[in-house]
Amino acid sequence: MWTITRKEISSFFTNIGGFIVIGLFLLVIGLLLFFFPDLSILSSNYASLDSLFLIAPAIFTFLIPAITMRTFSEEYQTGTIELLTTKPLTEFAIVSGKFIAGVTIVLLALLPTLIYFYSVYQLGSPKGNLDIGGTIGSYIGLVLLSATFVSIGLFASTLTNSQVVAFILGAFLCFVVQWFFYLFSKLPVFTGNLDYVIQKLGADFHYNRISKGLIDSRDVIYFASVIFLFLTLAQYSIQKRKI
Amino acid sequence: MSIEVESLTKVYGSQKAIDGLTFNVQKGDILGFLGPNGAGKTTTMKILTCFMPQSTGSAKICGIDTREDSLAVRKRIGYLPESNPLYKEMYIKEYLSYIARIYGLKNIKNRVAEMIDITGLGREQNKKISEISKGYKQRVGLAQAMIHDPDVLIMDEPTSGLDPNQLVEIRQVIRDIGKDKAVILSSHIMQEVEALCNRVIIINQGKKIIDDKINALANVLRGEQIISIEFVNAPTDIDKVFGSNNSIIRIEKTGKNTVDIYADKKSDIREQIFDTAVRNNLKIIGMSQNQASVEEVFHQLTIAN
Repeated sequence: MWTITRKEISSFFTNIGGFIVIGLFLLVIGLLLFFFPDLSILSSNYASLDSLFLIAPAIFTFLIPAITMRTFSEEYQTGTIELLTTKPLTEFAIVSGKFIAGVTIVLLALLPTLIYFYSVYQLGSPKGNLDIGGTIGSYIGLVLLSATFVSIGLFASTLTNSQVVAFILGAFLCFVVQWFFYLFSKLPVFTGNLDYVIQKLGADFHYNRISKGLIDSRDVIYFASVIFLFLTLAQYSIQKRKI
Repeated sequence: MSIEVESLTKVYGSQKAIDGLTFNVQKGDILGFLGPNGAGKTTTMKILTCFMPQSTGSAKICGIDTREDSLAVRKRIGYLPESNPLYKEMYIKEYLSYIARIYGLKNIKNRVAEMIDITGLGREQNKKISEISKGYKQRVGLAQAMIHDPDVLIMDEPTSGLDPNQLVEIRQVIRDIGKDKAVILSSHIMQEVEALCNRVIIINQGKKIIDDKINALANVLRGEQIISIEFVNAPTDIDKVFGSNNSIIRIEKTGKNTVDIYADKKSDIREQIFDTAVRNNLKIIGMSQNQASVEEVFHQLTIAN
């Protein structure tokens, strides 16, 4: 399993595309946080990274499927899947190896944003006037959300030989898991607390709760379940394609 | 017994890719798997390597059923798939180390160096896989299949795309390695199987036609002569006309007035054929005698059925 993880990470970074994806992510986040006035921290006059955690899910909806799209689609396209599945590796080892690699890559992309955290910390008046608990909570929420998106992207990648299709499918599924339930619950047919129940199905709901700095086991279990679901689906999909 | 295959069948939709295949391979055997394209060679190999499950029947590697403990089976098998898929962006050494780590080998560096030496990759060893020629890629494929010193080696067309010199070298590698293993290799080139294998199985449309030692097979194959005859007017009941001759194995029409008679090689029956023709008022205007070439027999075996 770790062998797979190691190979996936190194092949992501031997590819110039890997650096471009992460570089663009950091560039876009940097521009939105410090340059364009609408979400800029400098023009909001509050020492807070809220804007980062507001826009990150939207960016991750595209960024993470772009990272995971090749994981299985490329193996199917080039036939190396035959190599991989005839080695003494369980489907679980293959899928989780790639999953851990995907999460690690996203963490590496998130790591430089700690510079923003440091900057805002320094800019606060007085210095360090920043909701550290909330920020840490938000980071944990974001990591959980990224892991969820990685599992979704992996699953999408097992379904097709085409990386483009895997990307589009992955982005769509990420969107569904993140926002669909919230938007759906706004339909006027849901009365009583039905809309609230539906909202709870969406990742958005749980992400927002954790972002407040309140780490509730129920939210963590929610993310863990969704990850487990998609990783299981991915394993099932690989098995299914063997026939 | 290293490989035991028992009435193996694989059905795709309504088509049987392989149909009740049964064979065994022992340690030290190099088995040639011969058949035209689409005969079921690759399918059989994919089942043996646990890439896909069979529909019915069983396959055992070193006594372990592929369906019961596929992980243990996969540990004992080295496999070179037909298209020789490789991670093109990796370096040769990096790739071989990766495979070695998957198998959980120790002393990976030495083992990789050893495989590079055995397969003659030395000159190219610091290159990326995408930069080397097809023949060298094939060697990398062989190296990854043999790196964990498996009991069973399964290779789907291992020598395709090699130049004649490389062909000789790679065959030697397979022969050396195969001494203490059970090897199955597929091919549609008869001479290759003859040069490399000590046993051969010919399959066609998923069924086994021949399973024999290569020497025995060669004798069978070479034991025929073909007499090509041209008539002025070939009769429709030609089988009946020549049916009384015991040396004739079979008769095949090759054109409107031309036939090939396959006969026992022991005696020259041209005279008898001529006499029979005269007795039946058939006019022969051409006759020639040939030996059945290996390809021809292969062709006959796989087409006739």
